[in-house]
Amino acid sequence: MKDTNMQNPKISAKNVQVYYGDNHAIKDVNVEIADKTVTAFIGPSGCGKSTFLRCLNRMNDTIDICRVTGEIKIDNEDIYDAKVDPVQLRAKVGMVFQKPNPFPKSIYDNVAYGPKIHGLARNKAELDEIVEKALRKAALWNEAKDRLNSPGTGLSGGQQQRLCIARAIATAPEVLLMDEPCSALDPIATAQVEELIDELRQSYSVVIVTHSMQQAARVSQKTAFFHLGNLVEYDDTTKIFTNPDDPRTESYISGRIG
Amino acid sequence: MTHKSLLVADARTKKRNAAERRFKAYGLTAIVVAILALIMLLVSVFGTGASSFRQTYATVTVPLPEDKLDKSGVRDIDVMKKVTTIGYTKLLNEGFENVVIASGIPTELSRKDIGGMLSKEAAATIRDHILANSELVGTEATLDLLMNGRIDGYFKGRVTMESAALDSNTSPEELALAQALKDAGIVHTKFNWAFLTNPDASDQRPEAAGLGVAILGSLYMMIVVLVTSLPIAVAASIYLEEFAPKNRWTDLIEVNISNLAAVPSIVYGILGLAIFINFLELNQSSPLVGGLVLSLMTLPRIIIPARAALKSVPPSIRDAALGVGASKMQSVFHHVLPLAAPGILTGVIIGLGQALGETAPLLLIGMVAFVREYPAAYTPDAGLFGEASTALPVQVYNWTQRADPGFVERASGAIITLLIFLLVMNAVAIFLRRKFERRW
Repeated sequence: MKDTNMQNPKISAKNVQVYYGDNHAIKDVNVEIADKTVTAFIGPSGCGKSTFLRCLNRMNDTIDICRVTGEIKIDNEDIYDAKVDPVQLRAKVGMVFQKPNPFPKSIYDNVAYGPKIHGLARNKAELDEIVEKALRKAALWNEAKDRLNSPGTGLSGGQQQRLCIARAIATAPEVLLMDEPCSALDPIATAQVEELIDELRQSYSVVIVTHSMQQAARVSQKTAFFHLGNLVEYDDTTKIFTNPDDPRTESYISGRIG
Repeated sequence: MTHKSLLVADARTKKRNAAERRFKAYGLTAIVVAILALIMLLVSVFGTGASSFRQTYATVTVPLPEDKLDKSGVRDIDVMKKVTTIGYTKLLNEGFENVVIASGIPTELSRKDIGGMLSKEAAATIRDHILANSELVGTEATLDLLMNGRIDGYFKGRVTMESAALDSNTSPEELALAQALKDAGIVHTKFNWAFLTNPDASDQRPEAAGLGVAILGSLYMMIVVLVTSLPIAVAASIYLEEFAPKNRWTDLIEVNISNLAAVPSIVYGILGLAIFINFLELNQSSPLVGGLVLSLMTLPRIIIPARAALKSVPPSIRDAALGVGASKMQSVFHHVLPLAAPGILTGVIIGLGQALGETAPLLLIGMVAFVREYPAAYTPDAGLFGEASTALPVQVYNWTQRADPGFVERASGAIITLLIFLLVMNAVAIFLRRKFERRW
């Protein structure tokens, strides 16, 4: 595999192994992810790309049988250090899930929940501002501004997913993890979310897991190809999709495996 | 294979459709049987019990001579209390006979027989009235007094002229007089508030027996059950469902909770007897002990539905909360618990409903006691929950064992009251469920 060392990576993972019970799900993954970039993880189902993504904000902690070894550093701090509280980590590393999962509360409360529990606003006016900013960034403000008090679950699928993105960025994260954020959306909503991801790159390091190679090609600058728990190839997106080094990558992007 | 015409059902399709029709018929039959059983229950209970909510009274003017009722002449309550109900019975007999004479209805009954048509409770009623209003002594008082159970039964169709002829407690002449008095408006039937407020009464006076103590006892027990079992059950189910590590100890606890829910309730009675009465030396027959025993019984019955309600909250909600950096506890209390609340609430109300109707464990801790008076407990200084009381289902059990047929009616009336309580509780549950349910 090509050496991918970069200057000042936002996230760097070394020798990461993940086990679900006896199942060795991630095998010795090394990767460095740059700031203000969209990095896509692609690969066939069950290849471990989502598992690896969930290691980056320790969501795997909630699964009893899951065990992670190796080292994952964000801003040169080991996030699996015993001193790290996953709650603080998750405020810094936001996450958007595959299926839109707004809380069964109002649109406003959905976005305001994170800032509230982290104490980011001193008063209602500041909170209002955070909510508005997050909704604007998530390109939902124009649709939602007149119905902030109506339930978030009443929005359409694409709007719900943008609401989840707004909710994630309201806590002012530095990294945004997206686990197949468009797989439950129709093509128009997908296009909107993709456009949004491209804008989010200005402020965040975005890591996106996707099943769609076209999507990876459209939104990402870097792409990592996972296969059977291995990180097969990691390079600039254009390189991966035009001239991959590894024959397995080529087979996958040309549709022969997966 | 080649398909035949779609307009003709083939043999397999016909067979399948017939099977489905048969299955639907079985289901419908089951529903009909269930409804018939329910109707039979309601008809039998309401048929015998509804009349306990009406009671026959006679309007009697009782003379209250000072020389008989107050030897002190200065309305000294302690002196007046020396006149027992026997003393009052004489005045009562006299008063009622005067009423009969004044009405102009001819009768050959003696004064004692005429007085006997009133309930044995009537003398106590008038004595209490005079002791509370001592200024009435020396005048006369007009009161609505209970008729005895046989006369009351006659107006409710339970006692007939034929049965009265064979009955040493009444006679056809008494019934005829009662009928004439009723036609004259002296005897009348009205709504029986006393059934809901009176304490129990002895074997000879079913007409005076009421559910007051039993209702209060049941109410206090339900408060104890709610206050103890709700927080414990909810905390236990949250811990087991959200925080407990999945290992064999947790499994063991789970299995045991399920088993506890199926333990016969009388076993909890023995446990309560051993722990609360013999070991902790709490008062037997008290709503406190009854409530604690019922709490033990109710706990697993609430924990199981509460866990099911927590389990049914979609995991995506937990992910969402954890994903924005909520702690485990925040995710549970801010998001999971509110979503599970309607289910938990339903479990709680059903558990309370079962506890309300439970008899067996209460028998063991002595709540079957005959409670003639409102316990002094229901005054604040004695400690509301600590004195002997009874409970609705126990009162039913108690009354069905009495000889006087008047108590059959009372027992059914008590069952109606119990059913109304359950109905109200379920209505509250439905209301709260609707209120908390998020329909979006």
